Amino acid sequence: MEQELLLWVRGTGLQIAAAVFVFGMVYRMLHLLMLGRKMSLAAPRGSEWSGGLRTMWKRSFVSTKLSARGNFTVIAGFIFHIGFFITLFFLSQHIELFRAVLSLHWPAMPRGVIDISAVLAIGAMVALLVHRFVDPVKRLLSDYQDYLTWALSFLPLLTGFMLLREIGFEYITLLTLHIASVELLLVVAPFTKLAHMFSTFISRWYNGAVNGFKGINI
Amino acid sequence: MSTSLQNGINTLIGQIDAPTASFFTSCVHCGLCADACLFYTETGDPKYTPIHKLEPMRRLWQQEYTFWGKLMKKVGLSKPVTDAELTEWEPLVYDSCTLCGRCSLVCPVGNDIVYMVRKMREGMVASGHAPEGLKGATQRAIELGSPMGVNLNTLKAQIKHAEKETGLTVPLDVEGADYMMVLSSAEVAEYNDIIGAVTRIFKQANVSWTLASDGFEGTNSGIQIGSSDLAAELVGRIVRAAERLKVKYVISPECGHAFTALRWDGPNLIGRPFPFKVIHIIELLDELRSSGRLQTEGVDETRMTFHDPCQMVRRGGVIEQPRNLMHMVAPNFVEMPEPGVQNWCCGGGGGVSANHRAEPLRNQVFSRKKAQLDAINVKTIVTSCSNCRTMLLDGLENNHMDIEVIGLTELVAEHLSDNAEGKAS
Repeated sequence: MEQELLLWVRGTGLQIAAAVFVFGMVYRMLHLLMLGRKMSLAAPRGSEWSGGLRTMWKRSFVSTKLSARGNFTVIAGFIFHIGFFITLFFLSQHIELFRAVLSLHWPAMPRGVIDISAVLAIGAMVALLVHRFVDPVKRLLSDYQDYLTWALSFLPLLTGFMLLREIGFEYITLLTLHIASVELLLVVAPFTKLAHMFSTFISRWYNGAVNGFKGINI
Repeated sequence: MSTSLQNGINTLIGQIDAPTASFFTSCVHCGLCADACLFYTETGDPKYTPIHKLEPMRRLWQQEYTFWGKLMKKVGLSKPVTDAELTEWEPLVYDSCTLCGRCSLVCPVGNDIVYMVRKMREGMVASGHAPEGLKGATQRAIELGSPMGVNLNTLKAQIKHAEKETGLTVPLDVEGADYMMVLSSAEVAEYNDIIGAVTRIFKQANVSWTLASDGFEGTNSGIQIGSSDLAAELVGRIVRAAERLKVKYVISPECGHAFTALRWDGPNLIGRPFPFKVIHIIELLDELRSSGRLQTEGVDETRMTFHDPCQMVRRGGVIEQPRNLMHMVAPNFVEMPEPGVQNWCCGGGGGVSANHRAEPLRNQVFSRKKAQLDAINVKTIVTSCSNCRTMLLDGLENNHMDIEVIGLTELVAEHLSDNAEGKAS
């Protein structure tokens, strides 16, 4: 039974989840892009494209002086995202999956690096969740999606780490849980604020394009 | 236009474009924009977090443009936008936002929040939720030609005064001049030394220029209140005057929102490109400087700083030019902490200064500017926006700070080289 469930989640289940993710995300991005915008009739002082592309990259780093609460958010956010990406893209088992599905592969990172990245990402996520509860600004802004997407991002990290360290359950159970949690994340992502993983770059482009058009180099 | 909740909602939905949808999709509620807004940093009240000021618009986007939002609306589980909510949001959208754009600079996912506040104000106007003070200023601008009530007679009196003082002729309605100078209400009413200053500078630099009797007022309350129709009417007056006089350039005055209205929004408001170029007076002075046509002599040794008007600098891109001019005449020029595009607003932009209800809050948040000034110990603040100038004077007075405030054009004019004056003409 357990074997059958695992076979389904790593076969048909993964195919469905990946398809929903890809088609859902393409639909969501096209849907928002197709709302369009009015092109400015003012005389440009610079290039929208150079401003847009510059901000797509530069906004990864906050250049404004922040308060302690702001700095905490930036640092914890950085640790979470980098830790998440290292475990996602540089664990040898994940690279094997990418090789099987996309025929693309690259060198893996040592297990020690992956372990540290996963622990840091998990720790940063817990810290960010606590901050969301205690910081008055975040508490006011937060809605159910903030907590839902937190949980959906946290589960693959947690189950993945447990799987690597063989903590709690049997290997097959943990592997099934891990893949299922990833599938849940993939299915929900296009329809929640997890879509920011792509729309962020569109937003940055639009923001930078306005400045580029005006010749403001920021 | 008649105002109603439904009008407001329809307007807000109509305002949602690809950038807005992208911004709302991307927001992860990190709250960093709070750190960039002086209304939050100086009060500590989370309701002043910039993205929170857009909550009614965000819900409309969710209900009209997202899968879950539409579904929830269909089954009656979504929270509708009501008149009561918009009434509650009015002070957030107007009193505590100067459209300074600092939040748009900090957002890590790249949201241009001030772009959306400007759109939100269109919905607030359409639903009848704009502040009385701003409504009055806009009405005066439409009916009398100026939010401060100045008219052509006021201008003519100031022209006479400037001519007497300078011994030069101030050109009015000169067809075929290269440049048409536009002024702000405050410049005609209070800071009228500007007329003499530009007359002397342009004489020295041999600039062919004129004022227009039917297009001298640049202040655009329509932009501030958030009504594109009214903003278009106000900017249209300047365009018609410039076309009548067949000028090549229109000079934006030392007024932040006038520059935004003319330089960036104007052609979009009237629906066609301008047949002339728009240049900020500070941009022009710097061009004259670099080409050697503007020559000064002597310097002012006073320790002074430059206050960056948000619409001219962060949102307008005239950043180095005022500094070049400052270095020309002020050897003891020092920058404030966080200068240039990062500068903090005076607290009165975006229509806040015309909104009497916002005055106590505006006075409170001046503490940010005070802290910037306390760090550098200057005797004089130079700026190039007449609204900033008034707000600075007000804030300094309230805080018992003995600092002089002057306009940059006037500072330059005070040091015009006598030898060079008029030689080119």
